[in-house]
Amino acid sequence: MNGIKNVFADRWGIVGVGIMIGIIAPLLQKWGNPGNMGVCVACFERDIAGALGLHRADVVQYIRPEIIGFVLGSLAAAYLFREYRPRLGSAPIVRFVLGVFAMIGALVFLGCPWRAALRLAGGDGNAILGLLGLIFGIWIGTLLLKGGYNLGRTRPTHHTAGWMLPLFMAGLLLLMLVFPQLTGEAKSGVLFYSMKGPGSMHAPLAVSLVAGLLIGFLAQRSRFCTMGAIRDFLLFRQMHLLSGFIALVVTAFVVNFILGQFKPGFEGQPVAHTMHIWNFAGMTLSGLAFCLAGGCPGRQLFLAGEGDGDAAVFVMGMIVGAGIAHNFGLASSPTGVGPYGIPAVFIGFAVCLFIGLTMRKSMT
Amino acid sequence: MAKTIDARGLSCPQPVLMTLDEIKAGKADEIIITVDNDAAKENVSRAAVSRGWIVADIGEKEGVFGITIKKGN
Repeated sequence: MNGIKNVFADRWGIVGVGIMIGIIAPLLQKWGNPGNMGVCVACFERDIAGALGLHRADVVQYIRPEIIGFVLGSLAAAYLFREYRPRLGSAPIVRFVLGVFAMIGALVFLGCPWRAALRLAGGDGNAILGLLGLIFGIWIGTLLLKGGYNLGRTRPTHHTAGWMLPLFMAGLLLLMLVFPQLTGEAKSGVLFYSMKGPGSMHAPLAVSLVAGLLIGFLAQRSRFCTMGAIRDFLLFRQMHLLSGFIALVVTAFVVNFILGQFKPGFEGQPVAHTMHIWNFAGMTLSGLAFCLAGGCPGRQLFLAGEGDGDAAVFVMGMIVGAGIAHNFGLASSPTGVGPYGIPAVFIGFAVCLFIGLTMRKSMT
Repeated sequence: MAKTIDARGLSCPQPVLMTLDEIKAGKADEIIITVDNDAAKENVSRAAVSRGWIVADIGEKEGVFGITIKKGN
């Protein structure tokens, strides 16, 4: 294509990255990550919030090295290809709030768009409701975009500002090395570790970190985004990002099948519940929030790695949102939605629509 | 007639929406879009090509890209 030199940004580049993620994620499950959770940005940020004690749900506490890798891999790619551009100032507090509600919606469903895809590829029928909700939420977002919604312009800023989230991630890695998981101990230094549940299931640190770095690097180059995939198709009938997302699902399905991890059904799926309406509505809220914030949770990490301070604020919103979701009973569990999950979804819709309907056009 | 669009500081989909709006308006046969991130540069180029326009030139100066697109035949 004329004027585009980045090989990862062409059709086969994005499909190749989707295939890579589709291979790596089920393998991470085989190597220890929870079922249909080879990579889940929302779940993993929730686990990080737990490891730091921002919530005390003792089954979901672990500093997930994949997330650290996503940011640092993207940072490396951005520097290597001279795309590191520190920038800030496009309604950061609004992005924080969107991050909070994106996480709350994701924890009502039990997964982000990445995990929705992996759950589908693992045979979890409940993921169909989640993906339909995701599409519906993004569709609402595209209507708001057509109505002139935008969060305003960013400005170039100091290099240091762009380094805040990568440094935070490097700090988390350092904490893991200083306070490693101890057998039979729920706490090591300042970090909480799960003794049971999904938080106790993880691939070895080095494997998770390398997988994260690789995905972060490739995703920065290809601009891989699960929300953008659906948004661009709805908005412009543009198949580019969608082809990468579809490649991920198809590949993960094939790899799951080969590894014997494909188990079709609705009942008894790993870290999932069968309340269809709330699977749908949770992901609708999440999809709307991601659309209003301009990227899926993975893309926000990759953007933060290339210096986007507003994306970094969104990530912090998601981590804090996880704390709120678990402290106040908003998060679902395999038995169903939490005691306050349903009202939280309604509040989330109200907040997102308020933002989407009132923040229009002024771009100066 | 040449039109210019300042999409600096905006991330997708805004630069693409602005470009497509201008293409749809049908008045311009040449549009110069300025963006300041690589993803926007690629997306604007891709969107223009998908509407049958030609990417005539992409210039860069201090992290700002000027993309010149022209109406195809």
